[in-house]
Amino acid sequence: MRHILSVLIENEAGALSRVTGLFSARGYNIDSLTVQTTEDPTMSRMTIVTHGSEDVIEQITKQLNKLIEVVKVIDLNEADHIERELMLIKVRATGKDREEMKRMADIFRGRIIDVTEKSYTIELTGTGEKLDAFIKALDQSVILETVRTGASGIGRGERILKL
Amino acid sequence: MEISGAEILARCLAEENVEFVFGYPGGAVLEIYDAIFKQDKFKHVLVRHEQAAVHAADAYSRSSHKIGVALVTSGPGATNAITGIATAYMDSIPMVVISGQVGTPMIGSDAFQEVDMVGCSRPIVKHNFLVKDVKDIAPTVKKAFHIATTGRPGPVVIDIPKDITIHKAVFEYPKSVSIRSYNPPTKGHPGQIKKAAQMLAEAKRPFIYVGGGAVLGNASAEVTELVRLLNVPCTNTLMGLGAYPGTDDKFVGMLGMHGTYEANMAMQYADTIIAIGARFDDRVISSPAHFASQAKRIVHIDIDPSSIAKRVKVDVPIVGDVKEVLKDLIAVLKEGNLRPNEKALSAWWDQINDWRKPNSLWYEPHDTIIKPQFVIQKLCEVTGGDAIITSDVGQHQMFAAQYYKFNRPRQWINSGGLGTMGFGLPAAMGAQLANPDATVACVTGEASIQMNIQELSTCKQYHTPVKIINLNNGYLGMVRQWQEFFYGTRYSESYVDALPDFVKLAEAYGHVGMRIDKPSDVEGALREAFALKERLVFMDFLTDQKTNVFPMVQNGKGLSQMDLPPHMQNMQLVPFENNRDYGNLC
Repeated sequence: MRHILSVLIENEAGALSRVTGLFSARGYNIDSLTVQTTEDPTMSRMTIVTHGSEDVIEQITKQLNKLIEVVKVIDLNEADHIERELMLIKVRATGKDREEMKRMADIFRGRIIDVTEKSYTIELTGTGEKLDAFIKALDQSVILETVRTGASGIGRGERILKL
Repeated sequence: MEISGAEILARCLAEENVEFVFGYPGGAVLEIYDAIFKQDKFKHVLVRHEQAAVHAADAYSRSSHKIGVALVTSGPGATNAITGIATAYMDSIPMVVISGQVGTPMIGSDAFQEVDMVGCSRPIVKHNFLVKDVKDIAPTVKKAFHIATTGRPGPVVIDIPKDITIHKAVFEYPKSVSIRSYNPPTKGHPGQIKKAAQMLAEAKRPFIYVGGGAVLGNASAEVTELVRLLNVPCTNTLMGLGAYPGTDDKFVGMLGMHGTYEANMAMQYADTIIAIGARFDDRVISSPAHFASQAKRIVHIDIDPSSIAKRVKVDVPIVGDVKEVLKDLIAVLKEGNLRPNEKALSAWWDQINDWRKPNSLWYEPHDTIIKPQFVIQKLCEVTGGDAIITSDVGQHQMFAAQYYKFNRPRQWINSGGLGTMGFGLPAAMGAQLANPDATVACVTGEASIQMNIQELSTCKQYHTPVKIINLNNGYLGMVRQWQEFFYGTRYSESYVDALPDFVKLAEAYGHVGMRIDKPSDVEGALREAFALKERLVFMDFLTDQKTNVFPMVQNGKGLSQMDLPPHMQNMQLVPFENNRDYGNLC
């Protein structure tokens, strides 16, 4: 099953490689990983999307906690949570496609953030499934380039991950 | 007053009461060696290969309550240390390894003798550091010792670029250390401990399974008290040998791939298992599916939460320091006067004693050929069972584990997790330096010993009078055994041709060499060698070439499906009898 792990980790050189090294060394999957410093600059927060059986997810959580620099780990799937991912997608926008691309962006609540004579770059935020759906809805031949951040997640309501 | 980074490092090690640093100099650590030259707080032991420095530091830790320190230069010095670090990591040995690094402006430029040591060692350390500022040296060393020795112990690497050892700063050693992201557990959860006590009281066929964590956690006294309080059979893993006395009648021997018949049968058919600082690894329970096929309830005590429920499901996990948890468990048992059902327990003991009768460690004695098991039995006799025994890896390691009766913890030093050939001799050196008055013997084979034989020179320089018990059968014995069992006796590359004359070799290094080729000479030779208290004696025993280690649980099979020694193969063995008077199973 797919799980989203939120990890608070010391903002130190090499901390990221300890996490990714752990996943590769033990044969765990990383579907996506995002990381940035938090409001406290000494600490970073990662969102790791992974999948595996319950036993594997339990081991991943324990192994992450074992890393000296990891402050806290939570599995967002254990309760209500929100996740968002950002995609930038560059599409061909010429002839009849130009109007169609604008319409599609509007339907998906995307924003066109760069315009040239031949292309649009659309910014789209949502769950991974929404971004997938957008890509699927387009004629594949118009897609010039895509880049996605991977999911960021946060617990709903009072559920707070903090030191 | 400002002093150099190298001098700060030396002062730090003195503050940590380091007695020995095992190492080898080189370009990147010259400043540190200069600082070592100018101090007299600790001694440096110059090995002949960096791998040996790390093994010696490791065994120094294993055989004492102190912590081993190794020092190597950058590049090849650091990579040579890797096998030693991995060995310590797999067995959770507290150790600090200091590696030199090229100067910070050179890092990443493929400089001479540059290797990314932090990257190379990352998967095999508890933690590692690259020191980028001279002011960070003291706090980093303090943290390194703290991390290495607390929680589940392990090796910590400190990589120090050369310019940092030259830069100057004021020396101030931190009095305490606190790391917000690192808070190892101590006490176990009282509710879980009560549950464990209750489970023991309900047990019909209880079994206590003790691993290396009990040795590392200095919990041998508590383990012994628990076993005796409950009158429950007890086994030790390869890493746990000595945690419970090997000559005690409640001890059923080591379990696992080469465990005794009774230990493996008891582990498989117990209805309640208390696992203490052990991790149900593949060499112990073999196939988890087969292990789980017999219903049992498991209490698992370990300081590392990730060891729990990794290979088998457990009913009562208790995360904590084993010593503390056992103290609390014993108190709860005493307070509530909780004991396993006496009648059931007595039936269980009858069952175990039936399993003991065939004596799975018995072997056919021989008049003219030396049996390797015989050498170990005599070694145990001659040393009064009191020597510190280090070993290399292979058949001789298993024979040492099976036939030497370890009665105290930290007496048996071997590479259990990684299985590193070449560990034994440098380990003996480290153990001897940590225990100058102890008798230290290294049980090895003609193949393993040659992987670090250069340390005979170090032993000479530092007067470590270890006794080398070389079980020389001309083969990589364990490889040959597997080839006999699984590869149609095709002995591919397992015969070691062109062996040196070990007697002359030992003499060339300035030691005493002996060759023993008759069973009748074994005891006398051992007595003669151990009487030479001030000398290293290399005893080359020419042993039976085709002896196999039994019992053996093949990979993927269950613990009760052992390959048995020849004398048991046609024997009518007593099966597990569920209808013995255990009462109703829980």
